[in-house]
Amino acid sequence: MSRVIVVGNGMVGYKFCEKLRSRSKGTQIIVYGEEPRPAYDRVHLSSYFSGSTAEDLLMAPASWYVDNNVELFTGELVTELNRENKTIKTHTGKVDHYDYLVLATGSSAFVPTVEGVERHGVFVYRTIEDLNQIIDYGKKVRKAGVLGGGLLGLEAAKALLDLGLETHVVEFAARLMPRQIDDAASAVLTHKLNQLGITIHTNKNTKKIAGNGKLEGLEFTDGSSLSLEMLVISAGIRPRDELAKLNGIKTHARGGVLVDNLLRTNDESIFAVGEVAVHNNMIYGLVAPGYEMADIVAKQIAGEPSKQFTGFDMSTKLKLIGVDVGSFGDPFGEAAGCVPIAFQDKRNGVYKRINISEDGKYLLGGILIGDASQYNIFHQMVVNKMLLPAQPESLIIGTGGKAEAEGAGVKSLPDTAQICSCENVSKGDLVCQVTEHGATTVDDLKKKTKACTGCGGCTPMVNDILKITLESLGHKIKKTLCEHFDYSRQELYDLIKVKGIRTYDILLSTVGKGDGCEICKPAVASLLASIWNELIAEQDTIQDTNDRYLANIQRGGTYSVVPRIAGGEITPAKLMAIGRIAQKYGLYTKITGGQRIDMFGARVDQLPEIWEELINEGFESGHAYGKALRTIKSCVGSTWCRYGVQDSVSFAIFVEERYKGLRAPHKLKGAVSGCIRECAEAQSKDFGIIATEKGWNLYVCGNGGARPQHAKLLVNDVDTETCVKLIDRFLMFYIKTADPLTRTATWLNKMEGGLDYLRDVIVNDSLGIGEDLEMEMKELIANYHCEWKKVVENPALRERYRHFINDEDQDSTLSFVELRDQKIPVDWNKKIK
Amino acid sequence: MDGVTNSNLAKPLLTMDLVNNASTQHNDIKVWFKAARVQDFPENGGACVKYKDLQVAVFNFSRRNEWYACQNMCPHKMQMVLSRGMIGSQQGEPKIACPFHKKTFSLKTGECLNAEECNITVYPIRIENGYVHIGFKA
Repeated sequence: MSRVIVVGNGMVGYKFCEKLRSRSKGTQIIVYGEEPRPAYDRVHLSSYFSGSTAEDLLMAPASWYVDNNVELFTGELVTELNRENKTIKTHTGKVDHYDYLVLATGSSAFVPTVEGVERHGVFVYRTIEDLNQIIDYGKKVRKAGVLGGGLLGLEAAKALLDLGLETHVVEFAARLMPRQIDDAASAVLTHKLNQLGITIHTNKNTKKIAGNGKLEGLEFTDGSSLSLEMLVISAGIRPRDELAKLNGIKTHARGGVLVDNLLRTNDESIFAVGEVAVHNNMIYGLVAPGYEMADIVAKQIAGEPSKQFTGFDMSTKLKLIGVDVGSFGDPFGEAAGCVPIAFQDKRNGVYKRINISEDGKYLLGGILIGDASQYNIFHQMVVNKMLLPAQPESLIIGTGGKAEAEGAGVKSLPDTAQICSCENVSKGDLVCQVTEHGATTVDDLKKKTKACTGCGGCTPMVNDILKITLESLGHKIKKTLCEHFDYSRQELYDLIKVKGIRTYDILLSTVGKGDGCEICKPAVASLLASIWNELIAEQDTIQDTNDRYLANIQRGGTYSVVPRIAGGEITPAKLMAIGRIAQKYGLYTKITGGQRIDMFGARVDQLPEIWEELINEGFESGHAYGKALRTIKSCVGSTWCRYGVQDSVSFAIFVEERYKGLRAPHKLKGAVSGCIRECAEAQSKDFGIIATEKGWNLYVCGNGGARPQHAKLLVNDVDTETCVKLIDRFLMFYIKTADPLTRTATWLNKMEGGLDYLRDVIVNDSLGIGEDLEMEMKELIANYHCEWKKVVENPALRERYRHFINDEDQDSTLSFVELRDQKIPVDWNKKIK
Repeated sequence: MDGVTNSNLAKPLLTMDLVNNASTQHNDIKVWFKAARVQDFPENGGACVKYKDLQVAVFNFSRRNEWYACQNMCPHKMQMVLSRGMIGSQQGEPKIACPFHKKTFSLKTGECLNAEECNITVYPIRIENGYVHIGFKA
């Protein structure tokens, strides 16, 4: 059996071992790595700064090498090569014999010859050891720079930012990432990075690294300078070809080992792969081509037919410091006759460019900044020479329904389309796993094909392919709650009701599996509350923290307290009571958008005492913590206002008292306006009532929030009794049929038949369920109780409001600062540093 | 290891490379801190235990008859709140969800399961004579 020595244990060297071992059990594989640890993921190096450990980054643990019979020597540098005897010698003097030698020595950081590079505080960004030095030194300084605005340089900048340093990037060229993106893209990216706190200096030719022993700054040839306390050089890579050079293996004048299409050097027992290899005048500094090289060499050594390496697509997509950057095919449109189409939105930091062939039929390449969600499909269109639509510009300028377009795009791909370029997995491979081998989840596909396990960029496409293939097999894609329940919310509602289930635990044991999670627990808690309206504190551990402690958690871990002030009407005595209590407990107070008063900064142990006092003053829970009815806002109406035509305040109070404590799939808000001027903003609420000369107009399904939507008119000029009856039906219908965490507006948007259908059900009673809905609402209303009153009166429930279970102490980490004569918590972003 | 009821501790130790520093090996445990009575903890939920200056979140998985413990601080925004989070499982792996932004962490390894957050420290638990004990290395 042949003996293969691999020089270098980086990502590609490791991948080569993995691929060779999977093809040949008997081959002896011996690896010499210079670094002290086994191969690690250099692509995600910057995550080391945001918390990943060196172990997290390992490609495979040391045990993998043992289990797979790969002999690994770390910390051992190969220094000599004897091609006649086919032996190598390491720096410790060890001699080893090979039949095949694979050079996977990779590269080192290129350090330009600038005066002062030897100064203290100057680093390169390449190995974990480099990172440790950067982290150590970074603790002592405040202002740091990166020399080099390429891909790696920006990664390094992210690392410095994560260390909490003022960060500068210095680039020789006129733009960032000069090999991947154009000037306009660079401008958008620069703008985005500036917003994140990174200052970009382009067109800067560094003349000198100034300082006296340690560095103090950079001096540029244009006469300007930049003061810095630390510098990370990321100006490119230099192939580690010194071993090859010494021993007559042909290298490129600018560095790197020359290889042919089979990755052979001029010595046919010696191969070179990864960043040390120069193929057709190109060095490939990406992982995917490196893996492909590893595959080709592994096949040859295993004696299998192998395809040739004919160059590699350099398309890349990455998230740079939170900004999407994609560059694919021919990004600069260098082909003859190529026509670019570009879309630029500086405000949102989005730039999209596609290069179209002269005949307008094909996509040749492009650039995406800020939003690279279409990267995969565009890349596939280039690689598979797919025909463009008639108006190619529609690809990049708002068409709406993007997700649909993307799914459809996946459908039209040929089976040969390469979906995962790291592991070379085609669409056909994935489809086959679903149709022939029963894969039903992305995890199945990952395990079987290794797709998504490299850079992870293909995951959305793999998801789409899985979904489309499953659908084509007739699988119904069901909207199940989570892995613990194979039912939708609506189905669970019926199950709970029909089976009379009153607790989460029984429901999980009866129709669910596993231990539940943070998705199904609050959803079921909400269902139980909507169906039985029993005290939620009885099942406190299935509630979201707000419902568990009947208060709203705020920054710092204290809670806020909101008593109900129905319709926004409050007596001076009650106002003073709130003032007194807030002052006594040192609470920050603010008027809410729903016409009530929020008191912030209560410790968990103070909540029962505060509520005891509030209840003694005649207040009730405001349910601000629950997915429940919040407030009915009102204008002053005909009681005082010269324009008012109905008593909006009285009606608002009546409605709020009627539905208070009602739990729903999401929070519910209402309002009543006393005339057409609509001062209560009723048309922005889940249900809004506007007074007319003849009665009330009822609007439904509006909301504010991130996507505001006006409520729609359900009926007009109805009397008070009818209005209330219709609201009963409307709310109950919503509670019974909406998905979890869906506001009424979204619920209506998704409803087949829309408003007309809703009106048919609620007003015309087309389903004949009107009376049932009213009865169910009546039961819920009859079962109302103030949750806080129950807790305050029950010593066992009160006992739960404490920070430590074994100590009366309070949380010593709580800290506040003063703002305009009130306390606020310390900014948690500052607390982190 | 008599008296260990936590099932994740009964399994053989993982190879050294894979183990999160936090998933403590028993031989290292110097102190078994007697925290509180079993019945003081909520069923299928958590509570916070004070040990010296340390805040430890202890979780009672009554359905599985298992106990887990981890640091009380969520590493995302450095908030002392994990004990108030919801417990659950992901493919059988016991986990805790932070109440603030629903970052979830494995209670076996401390690994963050749904984001790129740091791992959290987990501690072994054993139950003796009706009391919950937390194991510390020092």
